[in-house]
Amino acid sequence: MNSLLNILWLGLKELRSLLSDVVMVVFVIYAFTLAIYVQATGTSSEVNNASIAFVDEDGSALSKELLNAFYPPRFKLPEIISPDAVQADMDRGRFMFVVVIPPRFEHDLRAGRNPDIQVNIDATAMQQAGIGSGYIKNIVHDRIASFLKRTEETGPKPVNVVIRKLFNPNGVSSWFKSVVAIINQITLLTVVLTGAAVIREREHGTLEHLLVMPLTSFEIAMAKVWANSLVILVATGASLLLVVDMVLEVPFAGSVVLWFVGVVLYLFFATALGIFLGTISRSMAQFALLIILVILVLMLLSGGSTPVESQPKWLQYVTYLLPSRHFVSFSQIIIYRGGGLWAVWRQFLMVSAVGVGFFVYSLALFRKSIAASK
Amino acid sequence: MVSSASPASPGGSASKPVVSIQKVTHRYGSVVALDGFSLDIPTGIMVGIVGPDGVGKSTLMALVAGSKKMQEGRVTVLDGDIADARHRRAVGPRVAYMPQGLGKNLYLELSVYDNVDFMAQLFGLSPEERKVRVPELLAATGLGKFAERPAGKLSGGMKQKVGLCGALVHDPDLLILDEPTTGVDPLSRRQFWTLIDDIRAGRPGMSVIISTAYMDEAQQWDWIVAMDAGRVLATGSPAELMERTGTKDLERCFIALLPEEKRSGHKEITIPPRPPGKGELAIEAHGLTARFGTFTAVDHVTLSIERGEIFGFLGSNGCGKSTTMKMLTGLLPPSEGSAKLFGSSVEAGSMEVRKNLGYMTQAFSLYGELTVQQNLVLHARLYHLPPDQAKARIEELVERFGLGAHLDALAESLPMGLRQRLSLAVAVLHGPQILILDEPTSGVDPVARDSFWELLIDLSRNQGVTIFVTTHFMNEGMRCDRISLMNAGRVLAADAPQKLIEARNADSLETAFIAYMEDAIAEAARAEGKKDTPPAPAPAVEAPVVPPPSKAERPERAGLRLGVGRMLAYAHNETIQILRDKVRLAFAFAGSAMLMLVFGFGITTDVENIRYASLDLDQSPESRAYLEQFGAARRYFALTPPAQSADEALRRLQSDDVSVVLEIPPRFGLDFRRGAGPEVLAQVDGAMTFRGDTVAQYVQGVHNRLLQDPASGFQSASAQKYTANIEERYLYNPTFESVYSIVPSVPALLLLLIPAILMTVSIVREKELGSIINFYVTPTGRLEYLLGKQLPYVAIGMINFFILAALTLIVFRVPIKGSFLTLILCTLFYVMATTGLGMVTSTFTGSQVAAVFVTAILTITPTIQFSGLLQPVSTLQGGAGVIGSIWPATYYMHASLGAFTKGLGADLIMRDVAFLAVCVPLLLAVSVAGLKKQEK
Repeated sequence: MNSLLNILWLGLKELRSLLSDVVMVVFVIYAFTLAIYVQATGTSSEVNNASIAFVDEDGSALSKELLNAFYPPRFKLPEIISPDAVQADMDRGRFMFVVVIPPRFEHDLRAGRNPDIQVNIDATAMQQAGIGSGYIKNIVHDRIASFLKRTEETGPKPVNVVIRKLFNPNGVSSWFKSVVAIINQITLLTVVLTGAAVIREREHGTLEHLLVMPLTSFEIAMAKVWANSLVILVATGASLLLVVDMVLEVPFAGSVVLWFVGVVLYLFFATALGIFLGTISRSMAQFALLIILVILVLMLLSGGSTPVESQPKWLQYVTYLLPSRHFVSFSQIIIYRGGGLWAVWRQFLMVSAVGVGFFVYSLALFRKSIAASK
Repeated sequence: MVSSASPASPGGSASKPVVSIQKVTHRYGSVVALDGFSLDIPTGIMVGIVGPDGVGKSTLMALVAGSKKMQEGRVTVLDGDIADARHRRAVGPRVAYMPQGLGKNLYLELSVYDNVDFMAQLFGLSPEERKVRVPELLAATGLGKFAERPAGKLSGGMKQKVGLCGALVHDPDLLILDEPTTGVDPLSRRQFWTLIDDIRAGRPGMSVIISTAYMDEAQQWDWIVAMDAGRVLATGSPAELMERTGTKDLERCFIALLPEEKRSGHKEITIPPRPPGKGELAIEAHGLTARFGTFTAVDHVTLSIERGEIFGFLGSNGCGKSTTMKMLTGLLPPSEGSAKLFGSSVEAGSMEVRKNLGYMTQAFSLYGELTVQQNLVLHARLYHLPPDQAKARIEELVERFGLGAHLDALAESLPMGLRQRLSLAVAVLHGPQILILDEPTSGVDPVARDSFWELLIDLSRNQGVTIFVTTHFMNEGMRCDRISLMNAGRVLAADAPQKLIEARNADSLETAFIAYMEDAIAEAARAEGKKDTPPAPAPAVEAPVVPPPSKAERPERAGLRLGVGRMLAYAHNETIQILRDKVRLAFAFAGSAMLMLVFGFGITTDVENIRYASLDLDQSPESRAYLEQFGAARRYFALTPPAQSADEALRRLQSDDVSVVLEIPPRFGLDFRRGAGPEVLAQVDGAMTFRGDTVAQYVQGVHNRLLQDPASGFQSASAQKYTANIEERYLYNPTFESVYSIVPSVPALLLLLIPAILMTVSIVREKELGSIINFYVTPTGRLEYLLGKQLPYVAIGMINFFILAALTLIVFRVPIKGSFLTLILCTLFYVMATTGLGMVTSTFTGSQVAAVFVTAILTITPTIQFSGLLQPVSTLQGGAGVIGSIWPATYYMHASLGAFTKGLGADLIMRDVAFLAVCVPLLLAVSVAGLKKQEK
C-alpha cells in the first residue's frame, strides 16, 4: 500500500516536472500533430509524378495516342527526346522511364506482327520502378486495345482476374504512413523523455536524494514508467483522433480499446528502454548519441519502412526480438484488418516480455549507476 | 564610488590605471549582475575582488578580459576600449585570463604538457620558443614530473597550476585570475600563492587581478575591492578596511560593510558547549574503503560519532569526502570495511535505517521546477507522515526556517542561501536522528551561512540530532565539536579543532592542516622508499621563473604562418581529444558501420515469398491448372494450405498469415470451356500500400503470362494477335534487387549524419565545458578555429567512407562499375560540406543534447525524403523539389549510385563534385559569420 502511494506521489511529481518544461511540451505537441501529418503525406511509395520521356520514331496516330495516355498526377507530362539522348538523360537521372516506340509501329501492329515497345526503367529507384513499369505496361496494352477496337474487333479474354485490395481499397499511402509515423514518434519521444528524466535526476543529484529515502528502485522506476507513459498515451490518443481520424480520415477497422492496450504494453517497453539507456549513459551528450543509434534501428527494422518479410531470414529472427516490429504488426492487424485479440496475442506477449526484461535489468543497474557517477 | 585612496604600489606608477571601468551594467535576463559599476584599478599591484558567490565578480572579470560581450558602459584595459575588436586583438597577447572553475579552460583528455603547449601555440610562440618555455614553466610550478598525465586525472590544485602555466606562457602584463583557489586543498593553495608571489617578484610591472570567495586569503594583498549585489561596497588596503570597520578579520569586515538591511538579524554565532553525551554511538565506520578501478578514492577511514555531536569533515574537492558520505548513507557499497548507523548496518539498505536519516547532497538536489510548498509536501508524502501531522510539521519548519514568504516560489528561483535552508528543511522534515550534509554552505554568502549554522546548532543542542557535515571552509570547521582532516582519501587527524591546532602549535586550523598534510607527504615518500615519483605535488617552487625573451626580441613572423600554426594547433588538439574519447570514437566508426548493416539488410523493397492461399470453389482440372501457375512462380509466391471457406480466408488475411487469397468461383472450368470468360478473384492485403501494390502487380503478371503461354491451356489466339510486345529494360540494375540501389545510397546519409553531429558536438562541447574561452581570449581567428576543428572530422569522414565502401563491396557484394577515383574526390568535398553543416548548427545551439537532436533532425529528414533515397528527385515538386535540388546529399547520392551501380564515368560525376565544391566555402562563410568571438 505504501509502495503504491510512493509510486503515485513520485509519478505526480514527474508529471509536474514534465509539464513545467515548456519546450518539451511544445515539442511533444508538434511531434504528434504536424510532424505526423507531414510524414504521412510527404513522400509516397505510390507512383506519383513519375518523370517519363518518349522516343517516338513512328509518329503515327497510335504513338500520339500512347503519348497522351500519360498525365498527372501519376506521371508527369511526357517529354519527347531523341533516340541518342536516352542513355545520357537516364545517366543524369532526368527520367525514371523512357518509352521507345519503333518506326512503323502502328503498321506492324495492324499486320499482327507483334512489334516491340521498349521501356527503359531506372532500376535504382526501387519503390517506384517496379510498380511504375507495371502501370506503363497496362496503360500501353489498354490504349492499344481501345485504339484497335475502333477499327477492328479483338476477342474477349478466356479468363479474367479481378484484383481486390482489402483493407485499403484505393491504396492511399497516408493510411499506413500516418500510423507508422505515430509509432515512430511514440518510440522516439517515450525513450527520450524517460531517459532524459533519469539523467536529469542523476545530474541534479535528486536521484541520490531519493535513494537515501525509504524508497526502492522499483518504486522510483515505476513512477517514471507510469507518468511518462501517461503523457505519451494522451498525446497518442489526441493524435489518433485529430490527425489520423479527423484530418486524414483513416478508417479504424478494429477495436480502438484493444489497440490502446497494445500501446500501453509498448509504452512499458519504451519507458523501460529509456530508463535503461538513461542508466547506462554517463552524460546527456552520450545519451543523445546512443539514442540516435538505438532509435534508428528500432524504426528502420520495424517493418514500418519496408516489409519485414523482405529482410534476410537471419535478420528476421533478430528483429523478432524488436518490440517495434510487433507494434507495427499488431497495429496493422487491428487498425486496417480489423483483427481481434485472437490475431494479436502473440505480439502482445512478445512486447511485454522484452519490456519486463529491460525493466528488470535496469533496476539492477540503477543503484550501481549512482555509485559510478561522481 | 571610485576610491581616491592611492594604494601602495610597488611598480610606482599610480598615475594611470591598468583597468578603468565606467558605469558598467550587465544583465542576464532580468537578473542584474553588475549595476552601474565603476572602478579604476591601479597598475602593477595585486588587486583582490572579494565577495560571496553571485555578486558579479566573475562577470566583471570576464568583461575585463574581453571574453564577455559588453552590454552597457565602458571598460578601458591597457589604454584601449576592450569592446573594440581591434584593440582586443592588439592587447590579447598582453592579457592572460583564467576563468572560474577547476581546470575550466583545460582540455581534460590532453596531457599537462599538451595543454600548456597548446596555449603557447595559440599565442604564436615558435616551436623553438615553446620547447624552452613550456618545460621551464612546468618545472617552476612543480608539474614537471606530471607532464604526460592527462589533465583530467589531476587534483584540483594541480589543475589550477596547469591553468596558471597556460596563462603565463606568453608573459602577460595583466593577469586575471577568477577564484583560482576555490575548492583547492590548503597546502596547494599556499603553494599557489607562493608561486604568484615569485612570479611577481620576477616581473614587478605585472598587474594581477584576483577574485576570491575566501575572505581570509585577501588579507595579504595590496588592494581590495569588496563587492555586493553588482556594486562596489568599499575599496582600500585590507588594513584600511579593517580599521574603518573596527574588525579583526576580513570576513567580519565584509559583513560590517554590508548595507544595514542585509545585516539585520545577523549576530555572532555562539555555540553552547555540548552536554556530556551518554557515549551512545550514532555513526560508526571501520576501515571504509572505496576503489574505482585502480584508483582508491577513500582509504581505510575509521570514525565514531556520538549522538548529538556536530562532526566536521574538512578537505578539498576530490579528497574523498563525498564518497565517504555516500558509503555512510548506503548509496555506495564500500569496497572494504563497514558502516553502522545506530548499530545497524547501512549496507543492508534497510528502510528503518533510512527513515532515521536526513541527507543533503552537495548540489541543490530538490526539484527546482516545483515550488517550495510542493517540495515540502512531496517529501512529507514520501515519508508517509499522516496528512494532519505533515501539515503541522511543514508549518513549523516554514516558520523556523523563514520560508514563509517564498512558499509559492519555484525552488530554482530562490537565492542560494534560501535554497540551502529549504534543503535542510526537507532533510529534517521527518525528524531524523542523523543528518548528513555534504558541503551545505558552498556558494552561500557569509550572513546566510551564519544563519544556516544557527539552525544546525539548534538541531544538535536542543534536539539531540547528530550532524555529520563536510566543508572546505576552515572557519566552519572551527564550529564543529570534532573534525576530521581529510586529504587524498585518508583521514590525517581527527579531534576537536582547538586540540588539533594546539597539537601542531599552529596559529590557525589552516596551518595545522598544512602541517598534517606535509607530514603525510613525507611519510608517504618514506614509505615509497626509492621510488622516484613522489605521489604528491613537490613543494612550491623548484626553479626560478625565467621570463621569456621580451617581445621585441621575438622575430616578427608573417600573420598567415601564425594563423596556420593556430589552425594546426586546434586540429592537433581536437584529434587527441577524440582519440581519447571512447564514446565519440565508437559512434564515429562502429556507429556508422552498424547503421550501414542495418540499412543495407533492413531496408529492402524486394517483395518475395508472398504467402498465399487458394480458395478453390470449383475443384475442376481447369481451376487446378490455373492455380498451378502461381505455385510455379516460386521466387514470388509461397503456397500455404488452401482455405476451406471465405470466412477462413478472411481471418487468415486479417491475422497476416497470408497476403493473397486466390478465389476460383464455382463453375470456373465449365465457364471457361463455354468461353464465358470466368473471373478469378484475387484478394490482396493492402494494409501496407507499397507491398499491396507490388503483390497486385505480381498477380497480374502471373495471370498475363498464363494467357500468353501456350502450355497453360489458357492461351487465347485472338487476344494475342494484335498486341505489342513490351520489352522492359531494367537499366543499371538488371536483376532489380534493391541491394544495388539502397546500399550505395546509404553512405550519403551516414556521411552526412555522423560527421555533422561530431562536428557540431565538438564546438558546442567547448561552449558547454568552458574551454571555448581559450578561443575568446587568444588571438585565434574564427576561420583558424573552424578549419582547425574541421580537419580531424574530415579525416574521420574519409576513413568512414572507406569502411562503408569496403562493406558495400565485401558484405553486400555490390561491385564498383564506374569511376572510384572521382567518387573519392566527391566524398572529400561531401564530408567537407557535411562537417560544414555541423558547424552551422553549432552556431545556434547551446547544449550538446540540443546540438545532437537538432543536427539529426535537420539532416535525416531532407536526406531521406528529398534526396532521392526513397523517391527520385526528378519526381519531387514545389518546395520538396527545391530542397532536393540544393541539398548536398542529392548530389552525393547520384555520384555514389553512379560510381557503384550505374557505372557512370568521371564526366557524369563531375557535375556533383562541382556542386559540392561550391557548398564548402558557402557553409564555412555562414559559420564564420555566425560564430561569436565573445560570450554573450
